[in-house]
Amino acid sequence: MDWISRNLPYLMAGISVGGQYALIAIGYTMVYGILRLINFAHGDIFMVAGLLLVYSATVMPMYIAIPLMIVVTVIIGFTVERVAYKPLRSAPRMSIMISAIGVSYLLQNLALYVTGGLSQQYPAIPWISDTITIFGTTTKRVTVITPILTIILVVILVLLIKYTKIGMAMRAASRDFETSQLMGIKINSVVSMTFVIGTFLAAVGSLLFFTNYTGVTPTVGAMPGLKAFVAAVFGGIGSIPGAVIGAFIIGICENIMKGLGLTTFSDAFTFALLIIILIAKPTGLFGEKATDKV
Amino acid sequence: MSKTKKITWNVGLIAALLIILFILEQVLPSGSMLFTVLKKGAIYALVAVSMNLLNGFTGLFSLGQAGFMLLGAYTYAILTIPSASRASVYQYYNGGIINFALPVPIALIAGGLVAAIFAFLIGLPVLRLKSDYLAIATLGFAEIIRAVFQWDKLGPVTNGSNLLRSFPTFHSVLYPFIVSGICIALIVLLINSTYGRAFKAIRDDEIAAEAMGINLAHHKRLAFVISSFFAGVSGGLLAMYQTTIQASMFKSAMTYEILLIVVIGGIGSVTGSCISSFLFIACSEWWLRFLDNENLYIGSFHVPLLRPGFRKVVFAIVIMAMVLFYRQGIMGTREFSVEGCYNFFQKRFGKKSVKKAGDTHEQ
Repeated sequence: MDWISRNLPYLMAGISVGGQYALIAIGYTMVYGILRLINFAHGDIFMVAGLLLVYSATVMPMYIAIPLMIVVTVIIGFTVERVAYKPLRSAPRMSIMISAIGVSYLLQNLALYVTGGLSQQYPAIPWISDTITIFGTTTKRVTVITPILTIILVVILVLLIKYTKIGMAMRAASRDFETSQLMGIKINSVVSMTFVIGTFLAAVGSLLFFTNYTGVTPTVGAMPGLKAFVAAVFGGIGSIPGAVIGAFIIGICENIMKGLGLTTFSDAFTFALLIIILIAKPTGLFGEKATDKV
Repeated sequence: MSKTKKITWNVGLIAALLIILFILEQVLPSGSMLFTVLKKGAIYALVAVSMNLLNGFTGLFSLGQAGFMLLGAYTYAILTIPSASRASVYQYYNGGIINFALPVPIALIAGGLVAAIFAFLIGLPVLRLKSDYLAIATLGFAEIIRAVFQWDKLGPVTNGSNLLRSFPTFHSVLYPFIVSGICIALIVLLINSTYGRAFKAIRDDEIAAEAMGINLAHHKRLAFVISSFFAGVSGGLLAMYQTTIQASMFKSAMTYEILLIVVIGGIGSVTGSCISSFLFIACSEWWLRFLDNENLYIGSFHVPLLRPGFRKVVFAIVIMAMVLFYRQGIMGTREFSVEGCYNFFQKRFGKKSVKKAGDTHEQ
């Protein structure tokens, strides 16, 4: 019992962080599945979502600020795709990835300009920031809500992809981009929809993530973004359940490392895990096997 | 143009450049932004060319450059801090465990070698991965290196997460130019050799290259190790330029910056990388500075929006525009050369005289 109460906080924090990574990782994995693009700007969109809530919460009540933040973030994600990625659809893959790095650079610098480089206090959201006690450990309610909410959202997403028309179009596009165009799928709306879903989940993720942290800085999105991407690769990029499982594994491992007193290595461990997995299974845990055709 | 004439021209141009730099240094005050840009630009040119060797010439998409620069910078700094000042630098670790100081050139080469050794070791497993997976694995490697160097158990060597300082630095702008110049010249020689042609073959089609008898694993490893060696040397130069270093400087954002330089210069063009690194540094450090000034007036009109940080926003927008509308970069895959210029002017102005001669003949 003593052992449990000592280690439970880390485990719970791990599951919670894993859920937040999962929400970001889905955005990466869906975009990669369709466009074969590492969307480096995704982590920064996550940061922008955090800043939006900081600023909107100062002028309006929370029940308006949160939906507004989600809507604006989705619009930003949509616009980024239209402006920065769509014109490059026929360009070599390197250019579009550079464009993503450019967007990331722009968003970070914009945030730096707006905030003046100061850390912004994230507002306390009623109910989910309250402290509760489980098995003798005190924690915020968000720690418990995150995994539940993540799983609900993922189930909805999987159903959406399995049973709706747009979901079918997405699956077709990720299987073969060119052929799906020939079959009459409006590829631009499919890609836009992917970005809308991805940024929506990132916005929800930012809501949960920043509740646990005190401040939002312009570069705060880089690390969670990178780790979520690692989670996506870990689980096999392009696969949604893979991304979710990968995110939970990485979140839990990271917090166990922290619990062992190796905080310096919690980030490094994530990447070491990734390299090991890639060497053992080059396409991740649930990735499809790629074959080279001559 | 004959070969000897070409060599004379190139040597002459380089000598002229160095003389101009020397004169500038005597004439302008030493605090001028121009020298900041030239020094940093020369260092970034070297690392950009080394990245171009991987991304542009061998087709290996690696994002580990910041990690290798860190290795080079730390090796250089650790090996050259004079014994007398070790006690104050390593004040939390009883003066550290290294009690000798090497001469600067040897330490720079040692920095490169350490980066190369690490590249060899990490390359063994990682180079089997394809495109994006390789990119994310090398990026992860750079992050691991950064965490390891901040570990306080390694403090007696790396000084933990504290600054390393009081190592020898350079004052003249000629120093980074000469070192980078020699390194870039070596890379160019490599690219023009049989190995370089093999690298290009791998970039264009791996399977075809293998069928032609090129040992893929060997050549990829060679490119990776050599590129890391020069990244390590440029890391050492960067340490000299900055005068203090800290592991937290070498974030993945640094790699992205270098990648942007390579792409803006043109993937697969050495001279393009050099030109764009100077332009990139000049834009980000110097030419756009006025945008950070809050009290800027054009006539009596107070320009709105200006405040510290605006420069970077404008710079990011310029970069985005470059990437979107100028996809090939400044040079594409072409190279700037004396012969190219000569031919260009020959075509422009030489042809006219030929035509004229023809015209007179007809009359």
